Amino acid sequence: MSPLDLLVVAPLVFMVLSLLAGGWQRSLLALAIATMAALSVWLMTLDPGTAHVVGGWELPLGVLLRADGLAQMLVPAVTLTAGLTGLYALHQFAPESHASNAQTAAFWPLYYLMWSAANAAFLTTDLFNLYVTLEMASIAAVAMAAMGSVRAALRYLLIALLGSIFYLLGVALILSRYGTVDVTLLAGMAEADFATALALALMTGGLLVKAALFPLHGWLPPAHAAAPAPASALLSGLVVKIGFVITVRLWFEGLAAAATPAGLHVLGGIGALAILFGSLQAIRQESLKALVAYSTVAQIGYLFLAFPLIAGAGHAWAGLSFHAVAHMIAKAAMFLAAGLMLKAAAGPRIADLAGLARAMPLTVTAFGLAAVSLMGLPPSGGFSAKFLLVDAALRQGQAIHAAVMLIGGLLAAVYLFRPLAVAFSGSETPVVPPKAPSMVAAPLALALAALLLGFAGGPLADLATGGAPATVAPEPLPALEDTVETASEDEQ
Amino acid sequence: MEALATGHLFALTGAVLVGLGLFGFITLRHALRQLLAVNVSGAGVFLMLGGLGRGAATTDPFPQALVITGIVVAVALTAFGAALILRQAEEDHAAKEDDERGGKT
Repeated sequence: MSPLDLLVVAPLVFMVLSLLAGGWQRSLLALAIATMAALSVWLMTLDPGTAHVVGGWELPLGVLLRADGLAQMLVPAVTLTAGLTGLYALHQFAPESHASNAQTAAFWPLYYLMWSAANAAFLTTDLFNLYVTLEMASIAAVAMAAMGSVRAALRYLLIALLGSIFYLLGVALILSRYGTVDVTLLAGMAEADFATALALALMTGGLLVKAALFPLHGWLPPAHAAAPAPASALLSGLVVKIGFVITVRLWFEGLAAAATPAGLHVLGGIGALAILFGSLQAIRQESLKALVAYSTVAQIGYLFLAFPLIAGAGHAWAGLSFHAVAHMIAKAAMFLAAGLMLKAAAGPRIADLAGLARAMPLTVTAFGLAAVSLMGLPPSGGFSAKFLLVDAALRQGQAIHAAVMLIGGLLAAVYLFRPLAVAFSGSETPVVPPKAPSMVAAPLALALAALLLGFAGGPLADLATGGAPATVAPEPLPALEDTVETASEDEQ
Repeated sequence: MEALATGHLFALTGAVLVGLGLFGFITLRHALRQLLAVNVSGAGVFLMLGGLGRGAATTDPFPQALVITGIVVAVALTAFGAALILRQAEEDHAAKEDDERGGKT
């Protein structure tokens, strides 16, 4: 046994148990969080690059699970995000709560299924197995979205299915060309020919739909805005990262030979447009959850904007890994806090939030702290990520990329200050029904974690580059810890 | 030579099916038709994958195993999609009845 396959299997076991648990969901969740936390710690202590073939079937037939730097950062982040979101959901989807019984019964199996899919997607290197994990995640995500709006969920499902077809077509091409679908084997075999480039383009196209990169993001805002708060947190935090991580594995490891600079710059350019478009749309939104959902569209842009910077000078790889983790945690915190604020507010619009800062100070604080990380203000995980990315862009003379990231931060400040300003305005204090302590604590803990990430910059950047593919990290990271820390001290 | 030609037949038929499905997905508006169109495309991809393992004397089981897994996944998602479409239709129907009742009283 290895923590690698346990991290995938354990949530599936909990999924089955949750169907039988009845009134014992609370105990089951406690057991799940303890188990997954222990496994995550075990994963972080493994040497980068530790691999495990499932069931003892050797490559190229078997499925390889591998702990590289990216997985060692993302899997513990999933444990943190999913665990705390589960504590929040315990009150919304508890057997004794007011939510409808069908939703209560359906949420928990979907929750564990999504947890397993996310871990499998971050750990496995087998392209076909990744297709299966993509579909596991799709089923869980669409079903959760359907709890809010069936129409939005149906649109999400159809577009996700189309993305899967494109991805699978690329996998078929790769299999016929190279006879294997394992990323680690492909890394040594791939050549820059037409078939490989076509397969890379097809798979990337399919994955960009799943990652909701502009202009393929159309399904995201309605689905993420309509879903119940814990579901939105998981959808925006976990699910869109799956498509992104697989894209990274293809472009920088498996099919790196076919990843031309022109292709990388196209992805970077689309990422830049996503930042600007998502931010401007977020500014225009009247409903709080739609604003947070469009913010996800913008933040996904940063992940792809980093693509052309990774092979060059600077620490764009660490910045990219950092941003994926920081956004996951901060966005989950923001959706959970927004869910609590909307329950207390008179309506779904931002204007309805007046006075909430006095009525529920802890929740508004959580929203504000998550906003600090999303805007990239120091000291926070979001700041470290954006600092590394802007620094890499400037070192490589990519002034436009740096400018877009800075403008994106500014626009994020514009759209995130608006709900906060309204929450602090108003002369009356609305009467808010008391909330369960763990419901208030979950978003606050996530937001604090996003903030604390900024202080763990150096070690985490080392972790991210530890198992990075050979195309990445031309230089080690000696001065990184100092630069990040001095920078954050300067700002303070 | 003949084996090669048959291999091409699988791939070409698969490509035609994928194209047909895509065309259907883009031009059809009803969700159920779109779901079926995606399935036509999926069948095309599975046909290509299945054709890969076909040799003159022996058959490579690896692509076939992938196809079987893929079909299981596709069936599950299609059933799920059909259930969602049904739920949507029920909601639309209920909303329409509400409207009519509201109009009469």
